[in-house]
Amino acid sequence: MIHSLFLINNAGDLFLEKHWKSVISRSVCDYFFEAREKAVEPDNVPPVIRTPHHYLINIYREKIFFVSVIQTEVPPLFVIEFLHRVAETFQDYFGECSESTIKDNVVIVYELLEEMLDNGFPLATESNILKELIRPPTILRSMVNTITGSSNVGETLPTGQLSTIPWRRAGVKYTNNEAYFDVVEEIDAILDKSGTTVFAEIQGVIDACVKLSGMPDLTLSFMNPRLLDDVSFHPCVRYKRWESERVISFVPPDGNFQLMSYHISAQNLVAIPVYVKQNISFFETGSSGRLDITVGPKQTMGKTVEGLVVTVHMPKVVLSANLNATQGTYNYDPVTKILVWDIGKLNPQKLPNLKGSLSLQSGAPKPEENPSLNIDLKIQQLAISGRLGSFISVGCDSLPAGPCDKALLLLTLF
Amino acid sequence: TSAQRNRSNAQGKPRNPTLKNEDLKEMLESNKESLKLEAMKRIVGLIAKGKNASELFPAVVKNVASKNIELKKLVYVYLVRYAEEQQDLALLSISTFQRALKDPNQLIRASALRVLSSIRVPIIVPIMMLAIKEAATDLSPYVRKTAAHAIQKLYSLDPDQKEHLIEVIEKLLKDKSTLVAGSVVMAFEEVCPDRIDLIHKNYRKLCNLLVDVEEWGQVVIIHMLTRYARTQFVSPWREEGGIERTIYSFYDSEEERKVEQTRPYIMDPDHRLLLRNTKPLLQSRNTAVVMAVSQLYWHLAPKHELSIITKSLVRLLRSHREVQYVVLQNIATMSIQRKGMFEPFMKSFYVRSTDATHIKTLKLEILTNLANEANISTILREFQTYVKSQDKAFAAATIQAIGRCATNISEVTDTCLNGLVLLLSNRDETVVAESVVVIKKLLQTQPSQHSDIIKHMAKLFDNITVPMARASILWLMGEYCEHVPKIAPDVLRKMAKTFTNEEDIVKLQIVNLAAKLYLTNSKQTKLLTQYILNLGKYDQNYDIRDRTRFIRQLIVPNEKSGALSKYARRILMAPKPAPVLQSAFKDRDRFQLGTLSHTLNSQASGYLELSDWPAVAPDQSVRNVEVVEPVRLPCIFILFYFLKIMLKIESESEENSDDSNKSSSSQSEKSSSESDSEKKKKTLKNKKLQQQKPDSKDRLLLIIMTKYILIHIVLSISTQFFVNCMCSLLHLCVFLACQFDAVSWHVHVSLQASSPVFVPETSHELLHRMTGKGLSAQYRFTRQPCIYGNSMVSLQLTLSNSSDQALENIHISEKSSTGQNIHRFNAIERLEPQASVTVSMGVDFNDSTQAANFQLCTKEDEFSVSIQPAVGELLLPITMSEADFTKEQGKLMGMNESSATITMKPENVSSQSVNRKVVSVANIGVIPSSQENIYRFAGKTVSSGSLVLVSVALKDPDAVITINTEKTVIGSMLLRQFKTALTNSGP
Repeated sequence: MIHSLFLINNAGDLFLEKHWKSVISRSVCDYFFEAREKAVEPDNVPPVIRTPHHYLINIYREKIFFVSVIQTEVPPLFVIEFLHRVAETFQDYFGECSESTIKDNVVIVYELLEEMLDNGFPLATESNILKELIRPPTILRSMVNTITGSSNVGETLPTGQLSTIPWRRAGVKYTNNEAYFDVVEEIDAILDKSGTTVFAEIQGVIDACVKLSGMPDLTLSFMNPRLLDDVSFHPCVRYKRWESERVISFVPPDGNFQLMSYHISAQNLVAIPVYVKQNISFFETGSSGRLDITVGPKQTMGKTVEGLVVTVHMPKVVLSANLNATQGTYNYDPVTKILVWDIGKLNPQKLPNLKGSLSLQSGAPKPEENPSLNIDLKIQQLAISGRLGSFISVGCDSLPAGPCDKALLLLTLF
Repeated sequence: TSAQRNRSNAQGKPRNPTLKNEDLKEMLESNKESLKLEAMKRIVGLIAKGKNASELFPAVVKNVASKNIELKKLVYVYLVRYAEEQQDLALLSISTFQRALKDPNQLIRASALRVLSSIRVPIIVPIMMLAIKEAATDLSPYVRKTAAHAIQKLYSLDPDQKEHLIEVIEKLLKDKSTLVAGSVVMAFEEVCPDRIDLIHKNYRKLCNLLVDVEEWGQVVIIHMLTRYARTQFVSPWREEGGIERTIYSFYDSEEERKVEQTRPYIMDPDHRLLLRNTKPLLQSRNTAVVMAVSQLYWHLAPKHELSIITKSLVRLLRSHREVQYVVLQNIATMSIQRKGMFEPFMKSFYVRSTDATHIKTLKLEILTNLANEANISTILREFQTYVKSQDKAFAAATIQAIGRCATNISEVTDTCLNGLVLLLSNRDETVVAESVVVIKKLLQTQPSQHSDIIKHMAKLFDNITVPMARASILWLMGEYCEHVPKIAPDVLRKMAKTFTNEEDIVKLQIVNLAAKLYLTNSKQTKLLTQYILNLGKYDQNYDIRDRTRFIRQLIVPNEKSGALSKYARRILMAPKPAPVLQSAFKDRDRFQLGTLSHTLNSQASGYLELSDWPAVAPDQSVRNVEVVEPVRLPCIFILFYFLKIMLKIESESEENSDDSNKSSSSQSEKSSSESDSEKKKKTLKNKKLQQQKPDSKDRLLLIIMTKYILIHIVLSISTQFFVNCMCSLLHLCVFLACQFDAVSWHVHVSLQASSPVFVPETSHELLHRMTGKGLSAQYRFTRQPCIYGNSMVSLQLTLSNSSDQALENIHISEKSSTGQNIHRFNAIERLEPQASVTVSMGVDFNDSTQAANFQLCTKEDEFSVSIQPAVGELLLPITMSEADFTKEQGKLMGMNESSATITMKPENVSSQSVNRKVVSVANIGVIPSSQENIYRFAGKTVSSGSLVLVSVALKDPDAVITINTEKTVIGSMLLRQFKTALTNSGP
């Protein structure tokens, strides 16, 4: 299946290669570089590239291209999903997945890749199993290792690998048994110029942090499961039980994991918490323009809006911006043509406003279309879907289950 | 270019390679583990960077037997990388691996096999083969999984081993471990994908294991099973089959045709099993699994069941960019054939400003595919915003899409054309050029009405520089020169001036235009044409020279040109068919969805074609498996349980016994062999029983049963199996002896479903003929397990037509107002007057008496109907022993128990009448009772399978009805019904 993997940074340097079958010369990547140059933006590189003898399937994550070499027919999503899993494992092990961390931990990276694939077919991709085989680096451990000469590599087969629940390691013990569930909901909405909703949906995930001893078997049920339009689960969830009873029943992995994600598409449920007044205009003459944006609260249900960021993708002709913000800071990058206004907390008494002039490239015609605004914000302790209801969780041990709701909103304004 | 420079640097050798490697060699040869480890880490760093470290091979290979596990692993990494280059030296390490293959630690065995099979040295093929065969029978499933991986490696190293490897695959396919399943199917796909016969016996097992297999294995198995199913089952797609059949039988005799048509399609239960067991995986977090299930449904499911994959596919669109790309491609192919699937989700395909260009174009493609009369205005409005996009390639693609909508939906052709003409005055050149090209194609469909558009384009001509657009305008001028008689010659005049500076495609069109004008308007253009033909004659491009020569011969009359020039006008001015604008995904469905070949739209190497459905289903019985196998394991399990108890009794007796002889005999027994100990145990226990407390009575029973089962197993199981069994048994005995008191073992009482005791004939009215406009429907509960799903209640529906006209297309509407899962009957195409038909359906009532509401539809009408189940119909009968009954009843006390005392009518007191009354109310089984006045019944709820235990105790003249079940609601409802049934007289 997966023959080789090359990691390439944004500048086009190939900084790591790993082969699971015979060695394939790195010159195969020239086809990738060709496509990369043609695409201009790294996002535009086609994920599947054909070369005379191989197929290159690549993903772009954290400014790194993961380029895999394939020789025969394989479902492309299989490879793509696996590459993302590799990137997530790196993130899990090293805190971030960047060129420098990978280079610093090249031995562990190599050991991981060796365990994750055998002959190109995935062998162990569960983080719980990998962590038993190869322990993640910590400062303390690396010091101890240099002194005592002990190693990062586990000597016995992780018990999870053999059981039907490979995601959980055996013999977990905690003095304080606790389980936390975070409900994170995102609204994804497109509004038109006048502020009416063109499209809105709620996308939610339930993140769990379970620190329970032994083999706990948990269930989680919703007050109103019919609201859930579509769900996807961590492999630990029993599908049958969900289908028959609409109850989520699972033996959780140890530690942090994403239990499920769900989707609510009912438009009337979605209340957009802020409004935006915007006026961006470009003058016919004088190659300049004016910008005026005000953000205010709409339906926040008494909660504060935080982490408010407005992003504007300016037309190419905008050279610079001379603006004045009543709150927060703004930054215009003339290369990428992106204006970012970081507002922070929204104060309902004093609405934040960004106002000023834009200077355009002289002689160039005025842009025919006003740019779109992307607005990101966060509201703590509020579930947008509201009516989903609180959930109860029942376990084999008594659980201090305190649902901590957190919502992250994402609006796109056209 | 900086990237290129960097790359060449990276490939270059380190400045002083020999020196650096010298000190690495020294470190490797030192006595200190830490130094060696450090050296290996640096070497792995070199390998990762792609630098050559092969000269260190001799120094590294010495450490292959190191005790330090990390060092060993790094040496393995090195070995696998360089063994191919240094084959002779690599052989030095082989003995180490052979030794490790016998290690008691399964991780070490597995990793030794992994490395051994990864060393691509042809000499060791026999050793590898032996190792694989051995590992395939290893006790550890992890080692067996590694063996499955090794099969592929050996096959790629030496394809001649194929036959032997297939044997191993055959053995491993029988493996019941979920760990092995994915890997061995992968090996199967690589080594012998055409050996479908190996799958037959394992088909059902694979379907049932699928949910528990790890994600990656699921993908591989689903793809394999898709291929398998297409060779083994007949097509569930009725419409196509139906048409073919009628054509085929058109000239056949009347009777024969009737026979052909009345044979309804019945899905093979194995086909249904596959569909049912893959469905929950649509909820997987792994996008590859979701896609695999979707393609399985696309290729295998009846068309009306396809809609369940839509939501999951749309969900994948919220994943990473690369995932979106592949999923959108597949949706594009699907949406051509089945618009309806994705139409409700049209808004999910709206383009975001942050999408990458290839994502945008794919979304555009899908939106265009989805366009129909109803939604075209919404789509066109959306397209208008896209045209303004700053991404010009995308704007151009949008214009193409508008053109496609215009040709496909004739209502909007004019609107689209007007919109495109407006775009001609756009400031951006690519937009204008693309518009011209699209307008040209559209005008070909109805040129006469649009001469003003052609004029408008002629005026724009000077400002357009994109060659394709200029060529298009010139072609339009020539083709429709009669509509613009004044402008065309003038355009030609201008072109004559700039001919030499034009691009080749433009030049060709100038020649074309000249020729056409020469034929229609030779007075004005004769000289111009001559001039252009002369220019073309000496052009650098041979295509243009050829074309010029050809045109000259064709249109300019001279002596030599004979017959052809007479027809010049008819040749050049022939009416040309309008181009068909169609999707680029039009014929992508020739590839299996979700494959690499589909994504690339060309066959990738190793692509396995999906075969067409067979006309007649091959033998179904090949998939039958002897039922003995699943029984064996529980048997062993029970055996262990009894053994445990035996040992426990023994140990107790040791403690309790006063007699020293007894304790000594039991000690000696422990060391003696298995069979010997059996006998001793027996005697021991017999002695002991006499002196023990009364509660040991049931223990005696257990011991006797153990003996019985042991003998039974010995007789029923083949000798080899028995030997294996005994070996592990010995281990287990030792293990159990230590563990018994700590572990509490569960014995699973098997609840065997039984056939219903009584099936009532009464049917209930579903639809009266008055309200149903002639259609009447009745339903009854068959009380049989439902074939459509384990949690469904099986129903029989009798539909009759009491009107004087035939009713067509009777079916149940797709949308159900309540949440119940309903398995609909296949639509009845035609019901003649006074005829009636019986169909079966399944409803999942979810263990509640809430009515199932649905729409019964005919071709013209829709009738809302509802089925209200009696609580007794939500059960299925089961059998169990009386002992089990009382045991289970003991577990369901307290809240789960409901009881009532009633006064019985004297005629009801007989056992027959009690039994009859109870089983007619509820679908439960009768449990044989040893007590005279107590009657026991057992059943389970259909959906959740919860036990429902009913007992009726007669105490003349009263009777106590007791119901024990987890489902308290069902319990209390049942109780009420039993009360009325038993207090009323009559049958």
